[in-house]
Amino acid sequence: MLLSLEPRGQQSRAMLWLSPLLAAVLTLCSGALLFALLGHDPLDTLHTLLIAPLADWYGVSELLVKALPILLCALGLAVAYQARIWNIGAEGQLLLGALAGSAMAIQIIDWDSRWALVWVVLAGVAAGAAWGGLTAWLRTQFNANEILTSIMLNYIALNLLLFFVHGPLKDPAGFNFPESAMFGDASRLPLVSEDGRLHAGLYFALLALVAVWVLLHKSFLGFQIKVLGLDRRAAGFVGFREKRLVWFALLVSGGLAGLAGVGEVAGPIGQLVPQVSPGYGYAAITVAFLGRLNPLGILFASLLMALLYLGGENAQMTMNLPQAITQLFQGMMLFFLLACDVLILYRPRLKLKWAQRTTNAEAMA
Amino acid sequence: MSSSPSVPRLQLSGISKRYPGCLANDRIDLSIAPGEIHALLGENGAGKSTLMKIIYGVTQPDSGEIRWQGEPLKMRDPAMARSLGVGMVFQHFSLFETLSVAENIALAMGAAAGTPKQLEPKIREVSQRYGMALEPGRLVHSLSIGERQRVEIVRCLMQDIKLLILDEPTSVLTPQEADELFVTLRRLAAEGCSILFISHKLGEVRALCQSATVLRGGKVSGHCIPAECSDLQLARLMVGDAEGLESSYPKAGGGLPRLRVDDLSWHNADPFGCTLSQIRLEVRSGEIVGIAGVAGNGQDELLALLSGETRLPRSERERISLDTQPIADLYPDARRKLGLAFVPAERLGHGAVPDMSLSDNALLTAFQQGLLSKGLIQRGKVRALADEIIQRFAVKTPDADAPARSLSGGNLQKFILGREILQNPKLLVAAHPTWGVDVGAAAAIHRALIALRDAGAAILVISEDLDELFQISDRIGALCSGKLSPLAATAETEAVEVGRWMAGEFAPLPPITSPLAAAAASLS
Repeated sequence: MLLSLEPRGQQSRAMLWLSPLLAAVLTLCSGALLFALLGHDPLDTLHTLLIAPLADWYGVSELLVKALPILLCALGLAVAYQARIWNIGAEGQLLLGALAGSAMAIQIIDWDSRWALVWVVLAGVAAGAAWGGLTAWLRTQFNANEILTSIMLNYIALNLLLFFVHGPLKDPAGFNFPESAMFGDASRLPLVSEDGRLHAGLYFALLALVAVWVLLHKSFLGFQIKVLGLDRRAAGFVGFREKRLVWFALLVSGGLAGLAGVGEVAGPIGQLVPQVSPGYGYAAITVAFLGRLNPLGILFASLLMALLYLGGENAQMTMNLPQAITQLFQGMMLFFLLACDVLILYRPRLKLKWAQRTTNAEAMA
Repeated sequence: MSSSPSVPRLQLSGISKRYPGCLANDRIDLSIAPGEIHALLGENGAGKSTLMKIIYGVTQPDSGEIRWQGEPLKMRDPAMARSLGVGMVFQHFSLFETLSVAENIALAMGAAAGTPKQLEPKIREVSQRYGMALEPGRLVHSLSIGERQRVEIVRCLMQDIKLLILDEPTSVLTPQEADELFVTLRRLAAEGCSILFISHKLGEVRALCQSATVLRGGKVSGHCIPAECSDLQLARLMVGDAEGLESSYPKAGGGLPRLRVDDLSWHNADPFGCTLSQIRLEVRSGEIVGIAGVAGNGQDELLALLSGETRLPRSERERISLDTQPIADLYPDARRKLGLAFVPAERLGHGAVPDMSLSDNALLTAFQQGLLSKGLIQRGKVRALADEIIQRFAVKTPDADAPARSLSGGNLQKFILGREILQNPKLLVAAHPTWGVDVGAAAAIHRALIALRDAGAAILVISEDLDELFQISDRIGALCSGKLSPLAATAETEAVEVGRWMAGEFAPLPPITSPLAAAAASLS
């Protein structure tokens, strides 16, 4: 018996657009099934996970706080993925952005001027972009696979961060805790409203959203990136500079991830700690694909992903469910999305090999 | 031969095969007698390849019956076909270049046939008997395309062969090599082997085959005796009623030199690629220069150097010039800005992005024609350009949003050519412009090229189709092993001479002209 996939003659565009929704529904169903098996009331648990966190303004603002870094990373990834440059390094680029931003903030901890924040943010963006640029350099200079290099750079970035937070950047008056001093007020992102922790990173994210949308859908540069992704030979044939485009995509990708990182330390956290990111950079990969590499789609997908983070914490607190619920839902979401896409593009076929053989044998006899 | 001549060697009745989205074979009947050379004619996409694969057991028909020497059977796989005595020579050879001839044949025949050493005497005997000189010890990568084809044929003849299928065997041969192949095939047929000869070249089918089955759109559109039909009748069977099947165009003299290639040599780092040496070429405004040649003799390398996909260092930029401006070191977009347009050989994946819409594909090469403003795409203008191409060049498509992959080869080629022509190029380089295109679209493409020539553009056409080059080009030459033959006015030469050039039989180049003389020539 052999299962084989045949391409469908007619591809349904509508189904391809609906596929993320379908994946979300399937994830909910499997989640409910799982909770039932664990002996929890499925509807009640799903309510705790997905609806309860949004009951008030504070919940909504927390959702946005969580969504911002994911959105920024995923927007950057979308630019790279459109060029079929598989940057898996958003996490490392985010961490380095946080590290460099913190280093700058500690340096200028006494400043009062508004420029302090500008320098901190610039340092974060530049460091993230540089970390992405490292991947671009390895790829264009040595033809090294960017998937491998960017993953490995993630671990280097994490260990760099740990080194600095346990060493040079540790708060001298911090009772030997592995964390930096609190940043000066001038280098913190201002809050958007009195209640909650929603900060001015929101404006950066909205700006990035519009900029990436214009880049990918209106600009010729974005067109070149897409051509490079779809058809490298055609890009060479019309003279698009592949190396420059790879550099550009990875610098943008890294810069936005760096912005996300510095937004975390200069925003809700206010200092450098070892746990800057609960895997935002990895979640952003799922978000980028869930949003179909389209900025608007990514906006919705990042809100959904943030909800899962929030709901996971809520379920842990109120129902004693393990934190792993969040990752489980993320994983199921990506799995169902890919499965839906495959089944929309291909038709599975069971080939009964033994049946074929007997008919052949009959024919021969 | 065991069976009597009255029983056909192979008989197909009502063979149908459906692929998702298309009916490749629709109730096909075909019968081949022992010792018969039977032609299977049809345009690309007519269903020839599918039928052939069904006969050779590569795919299974959905319905219909195959009778082998009168007995119904199911062709399970190629191994079964081979054991029955069916041999097949594919268009693209399946040979290992780093192995010797004997090793390749031994590999294909399986362990039971013996070691390469044991097979050598038999290979020599078979190749001598059928007049195909072949040295078993030679490595395949050192063989010419014609010799590689002989390896494939000899491999089929090593076993007791009853039916030999050849898929467009002459498309890779010079006219002389093709004639040699025909001698071999006739001798085989005289010994009782049936031959199924797949082609779309009418002249050779008439010279070789006793009968023909013509396919069109997956159906049999007629059985005929090629010797009794005219080219036009056969073409009508193949493509239906299309205009411009028979046309000849007046030849033009040409004006000022547009493209100059001056002693261009380029070393190919790929050991199996072709190195160009001392290419010297001039294309004048208002003329079409055709370059013939069997594939793999430097066409791809020359095209890449002309388009800018391969660039020379700045010190050598004078090697290629457009209107006296050196361009050999420029990127493709810079060359396009100077008035060069380019139609590559591969439509999908090189000349057009398969998954992008036609309007995006119009933007792909025409972006320097005022379609951008401050780095943003002017969608309205792009759309208008795409619509104009579709309308002016009669591209059959629902609209400009259709992805390029959904168009047939001929339609997409018309679109790509139209895209280049509407940019008003000073020089158009076109590679295999009608390869795999149906006769009707080919005629439309030829007319468009002639109109562009008459409007004063210089055109360089590189093609493997000698008939096409004689039809449209004003001067003609041939590439062989990276060297270019002298160019001759098409009216003053003939296919035999160009065929000799394709085989490398031309005089060495005259002494190199001094740069001063070249400059003077380009000024005059």
